[in-house]
Amino acid sequence: MKRVVLVLLIALLALPSMFAGGQADAQEPAAKTVHVFGAFVDEEARRFEEAIKPFEERTGIDVVYEGSKDFETLISVRVEGGNPPDIAGLPQPGLMVNFASQGKLVPMWDSLLDTVEANYAPVWKDLGSYNDVPYGVFHRVNAKSFVWYPKKAWARAGYEVPTTWNEMIALMDKMVANGHTPWSIGIEAGGATGWVGTDWVEDVMLRTVGPDVYDQWVNHEIPFNAPEVKEAFEIIGDIWLNPNYVYGGTNTILTQSYTDSPRTMFDNPPRSWMHRQGNFVTGFLPDAIQANLEEEVGVFPLPAINEEFGIPVLGGGDQFVVFNDRPEVREFMEFLATWESGEIWAARGGALFPYLNQDLNAYPNEIERSLAEALVNAKVFRFDASDLMPGQVGAGSFWTGIVDWVNGKPLDTMLAEVERSWP
Amino acid sequence: MTTTEIHSESKGFLTSALITVARVLVSVFVPIVAFGILWAGFIFLRDSNAPQGVIAVVAILWGVGGVAMLFWVSDWVVNRTPLHVAKKLQPFVFVGPALAILAWYLFLPTVRSLYLSFFDAQSNNFVGLQNYVFAFTDPKMLESFVNNLMWIVLGTGGAVGFGLLIALLADRVKLEKAFKSLIFMPMAISFVGAGVIWRFVYAYKPMGEDQIGLLNAVVTFFGIEPQAWFTMSGWNNVFLIIILVWLQTGYAMVIISAALKGVPSSIIEAGRIDGAGEIRIIRSIVIPYIASTLVTVSTTIIIISLKIFDIVFTMTNGNYGTEVIASMQYKQMFRFLHYGRGSAIAIVLVLAVIPVMWYNLRQFGKREGF
Repeated sequence: MKRVVLVLLIALLALPSMFAGGQADAQEPAAKTVHVFGAFVDEEARRFEEAIKPFEERTGIDVVYEGSKDFETLISVRVEGGNPPDIAGLPQPGLMVNFASQGKLVPMWDSLLDTVEANYAPVWKDLGSYNDVPYGVFHRVNAKSFVWYPKKAWARAGYEVPTTWNEMIALMDKMVANGHTPWSIGIEAGGATGWVGTDWVEDVMLRTVGPDVYDQWVNHEIPFNAPEVKEAFEIIGDIWLNPNYVYGGTNTILTQSYTDSPRTMFDNPPRSWMHRQGNFVTGFLPDAIQANLEEEVGVFPLPAINEEFGIPVLGGGDQFVVFNDRPEVREFMEFLATWESGEIWAARGGALFPYLNQDLNAYPNEIERSLAEALVNAKVFRFDASDLMPGQVGAGSFWTGIVDWVNGKPLDTMLAEVERSWP
Repeated sequence: MTTTEIHSESKGFLTSALITVARVLVSVFVPIVAFGILWAGFIFLRDSNAPQGVIAVVAILWGVGGVAMLFWVSDWVVNRTPLHVAKKLQPFVFVGPALAILAWYLFLPTVRSLYLSFFDAQSNNFVGLQNYVFAFTDPKMLESFVNNLMWIVLGTGGAVGFGLLIALLADRVKLEKAFKSLIFMPMAISFVGAGVIWRFVYAYKPMGEDQIGLLNAVVTFFGIEPQAWFTMSGWNNVFLIIILVWLQTGYAMVIISAALKGVPSSIIEAGRIDGAGEIRIIRSIVIPYIASTLVTVSTTIIIISLKIFDIVFTMTNGNYGTEVIASMQYKQMFRFLHYGRGSAIAIVLVLAVIPVMWYNLRQFGKREGF
């Protein structure tokens, strides 16, 4: 027995020293490597890697992308553990603010700042800034203020795209008169149930009171139960809580998952005729529809309510920030700030890019082209408010508040509760 | 071991002193070497770029070999000491690792949670009892206290009640084993797994679509409108509790059934002779006889109900008024990253569980280590 233990001990001692040697050898060839850590995985990660291939071929720098579904927890752990990636793609501005306030991030250097100022609308630089110091570079973004509809069925029924909110209401009434149900809405999303509703509120807020009040709301300079917010909820309630307007009524809003809800538009005959969702919705549509997107699916921006603010666009996106300042890291960041880094992904589909000088023809179909156009031309672009609010509200009481309200809780009570929960 | 005394008399004082010093040195040196080996293994596993297969083999060698080595070394060290000391130390060689693991993984985190519960979200500033004030005044927290109470009463009542009923009935049929196996089977399913299964029972589709949910398929068969079960406030808690009952009835039944076999038939026969009917016998003889078993089973399920999380989290995520204490703790801690509140709620939960646990252990103790 003792001999066995002895052999084990020797093996234990010997093995690590053997590979400790091998380890040093492996690191010897000094190929420059940039480690990027982000929240997107699988197909999206593959498309990102494709998109950055031209950079790797041109510079010989190896960019290693690693994605995780638990990104938000892991990035904090890695940064606190003193082991941050060179570059991270942060989906929530709050994370950037956290790291920036702790002094973990490398601020934009002059040449990168010049590139960003030339290639992006000012709003993107502001979204990537903390205390007026810019840190984050946006790459792929999403835009959410769109209404999708079954094109062929609309043509048969003779419906036309509304250009104002009142026209949209008139169209909804016309649909009801024809025995059609205008909207399909589903807010079920497992642990994140309710976020679809927050997008509606944000979109309506931008349309009724404009970006300035919206910013005050996000920063809690007006209370969550301010009259402006209440008005937005009431406008939505006029649609959501009217069983004639929404397929299946409130129970279906609550229990139908957001990925399933657009599908009812493509039943024959359609069970619903409109669906408000971001550019990523095409991925949830039935395969047969996806294969024939341009002919089957129509899209228009959620119309303006107050002409003064035009048609604002609500959206989000991952911003890339630098933790380790090295020449090759800087080079890659400057590449990310150019349209060249998005072109290949845009052509593959499923992604929008914010670059001012992008070539809209790169997008594979008319739908994505029109979304990108709306995004670039929007006079007002605002980041998803629930992602900017503190987690207690933005990923907590705002979500549950929507759920409770749809399930019958009085609006004033709900708004007061959300207001109380603001930390 | 016992050679010390003999040698110190025959050889001189110097020799014996030298031997003692050498022994002490060896006793110190060997554990240090052992620790060094374990540490080297740890560093290797943490940092190595070796192929995965090699890492896996080293991990197994390190884990199993490390435990064997730790035991062997500590046993060896204890045996260096004089006999009367060794006798006292020996038990700790066996019990020590368990105590150390308990301290490291249970006691220390609890103390740390208690400490963190007096601080703010990022654990930077002392905030006194503020987090506890939140835990006892926040409307969602109050909702979860009421719901947990409902879980305890209905969940425990249901599981123990059905368990007792089935145990009593199964006792009287030929296919006892088959029936009991069937009832016991859900025990093998995890809470999350049960959640997935029951989602299909409670699934809801609007009127006119195919009902993929079992319950709604039944309801619509009788011409009633399909119901969105999870959104019915109050009742939705009951629908969730049914899942716990489904899972735990088997456990209650098996334990109670074993206790039933222990009721002496002589007492029951005596009861019969005195003219008691079946119900009377069960109420006045069987139940008092197995009372301590019922208490043990109940307290165990009460603890499970207090800590309930998985079912709520997978089914409703605490929406529609189904929040429970553990789901509130999870949300505060991991979604809102409010470590203070999360810890405070955890401590409240621990305080709620401890009396039940203590009572439970005392019952176990009474039954002579069940």
